[in-house]
Amino acid sequence: MGEKKEIDDRFKKFGTVSFTSVTKVNDFIDYLEKGKVMGTRCKDCGTVFFPPRADCYNCLSSSVEWFEISGKGKLVSYSKLKYAPVGFEGDLPYSIALVDYGDYKIFGRLASDIPDDEVKLGMEMKTVVNKLPDGQLNYVFEKA
Amino acid sequence: MRKIAIIGVGQSSFVRSYPGSIRELAFEGFKEAIEDAKVSVSDIDASIICSAPEYDKQRSPSGVFAEYLGLIPQPTCYLESLCSSTSTGLRMAYSLVKSGLHDVVAVLGFQKMSEISSAESQERMGRGADIQWESPFGTMMPAYYAMFAKAHMEKYGTTLEDMALVRVKAATYGPLNDKAMFRKPVTLEMFTDPNHFMSGPVASPLRVGDCCANADGSSCLIVASEEKAKALSKKPVWIRGLGAASASVNMAGRDLVTGLAVARQASEQAYKMAGITPKDIDIAEVHDCFTISEILAYEDLGFAKPGEGKELVKSKETYKEGSLPTNVDGGLLSKGHPIGATGGSQIRTIVLQLRGEAGDMQVKDPEIGLVHNIGGVGLYGNVTILGR
Ligand SMILES: [Zn+2]
Repeated sequence: MGEKKEIDDRFKKFGTVSFTSVTKVNDFIDYLEKGKVMGTRCKDCGTVFFPPRADCYNCLSSSVEWFEISGKGKLVSYSKLKYAPVGFEGDLPYSIALVDYGDYKIFGRLASDIPDDEVKLGMEMKTVVNKLPDGQLNYVFEKA
Repeated sequence: MRKIAIIGVGQSSFVRSYPGSIRELAFEGFKEAIEDAKVSVSDIDASIICSAPEYDKQRSPSGVFAEYLGLIPQPTCYLESLCSSTSTGLRMAYSLVKSGLHDVVAVLGFQKMSEISSAESQERMGRGADIQWESPFGTMMPAYYAMFAKAHMEKYGTTLEDMALVRVKAATYGPLNDKAMFRKPVTLEMFTDPNHFMSGPVASPLRVGDCCANADGSSCLIVASEEKAKALSKKPVWIRGLGAASASVNMAGRDLVTGLAVARQASEQAYKMAGITPKDIDIAEVHDCFTISEILAYEDLGFAKPGEGKELVKSKETYKEGSLPTNVDGGLLSKGHPIGATGGSQIRTIVLQLRGEAGDMQVKDPEIGLVHNIGGVGLYGNVTILGR
């Protein structure tokens, strides 16, 4: 997947500000472009990873395959920020959150259109790709 | 097996903006520790310099400090585990002395955070989390601990008032500590007054008053072998237990969100090594970077059952007159939090308490003290048990 480039820095498109540009899991960005949030699974021992990894700590294999995050998870916790780090001020207010899918958990943001009083721990959520105004990509949790 | 002691402790005042360079800041904590130990600089066989490096313009501060403090040509190195760097430094100094490689080692922690703006420093703290997968969402230290607070409130019914009471307790002792940055009293009413700055939201459910402040500061511990300690010191304080653990940097890898697994693991190790249980602790210093952190610490350390940490503050058991005085130096909430210097300051407090030299903060005749020092959001955990 993805065009061959001299430097494959696709990952700089991840999030409002990406602090990483080169990674072996750069295809994650291509999947986001296609509307898919993906994790990886070790082909040798079956361990499932989110965030996706190129290498398995369980069996030290570097043979992994992509799988799509689908279905519903449960909101473990969240926090709505009043202040943001440098570079994120324009996004305020936003909520970071953790969602549990059972086999793995996902850290991200709550969709900005969920009213505060409708956010409850334990509520079912799905993970969807979100395009930011400047073309950057991330994913958010929506009510399932 | 040779016992290992702390024979000298020192710290600078913790301040918002230190009017000097990092080497000068380091000198303040170092000088106090050397004078406290009543040793000369030439007695120090090696130094370990601790901080979180992203705040420094100076690369590799250890060499610069060693020269400035008169510690060359002895070996020196730099070490970090974020906010628990000095506790990790103490652990390494213990190993160096225990092994017989050195007899006296200085552990020096420092941080000068004032050269960058608060937002920039928050961004750097956010980068203490997973920069590939979390930081692109705009994360900050308070928001992570806020997620723990939210989960704890939901599961155990901990309230905003319970958390505010932790700050009220801290502010009871801040005024007694002349090294503390925030020395004014704090009342519950400040948290309920929407016009008071303490009640202002930071990251829900945490408010300004729930958060400690960045600070500049340095701290220093002089660690010695049993023979050296007995020869050099009238009141050595012995290292009785050490525990340390690490966890997934990404929240996605955490199974526990109502406590810190690293604190549970580190404390179990430390209690086992010291041959004691939580009931034997006479005084404690816990890492109250946020009010919720102190409540989690009570539970993770076994001072209270999970969910019951708040009761220790409500019943005032962790006040100076209570059964388990905790953070009676004002804690991070009052002292301020100069990342790399914080653990050394906590350890200094317990050492002074065990020696009966804590002044207005002194509790009655403690024999065993505990220090709980956390790096990042439960990324690194260090628990140290000290005894007379
Ligand atoms: Zn594997």
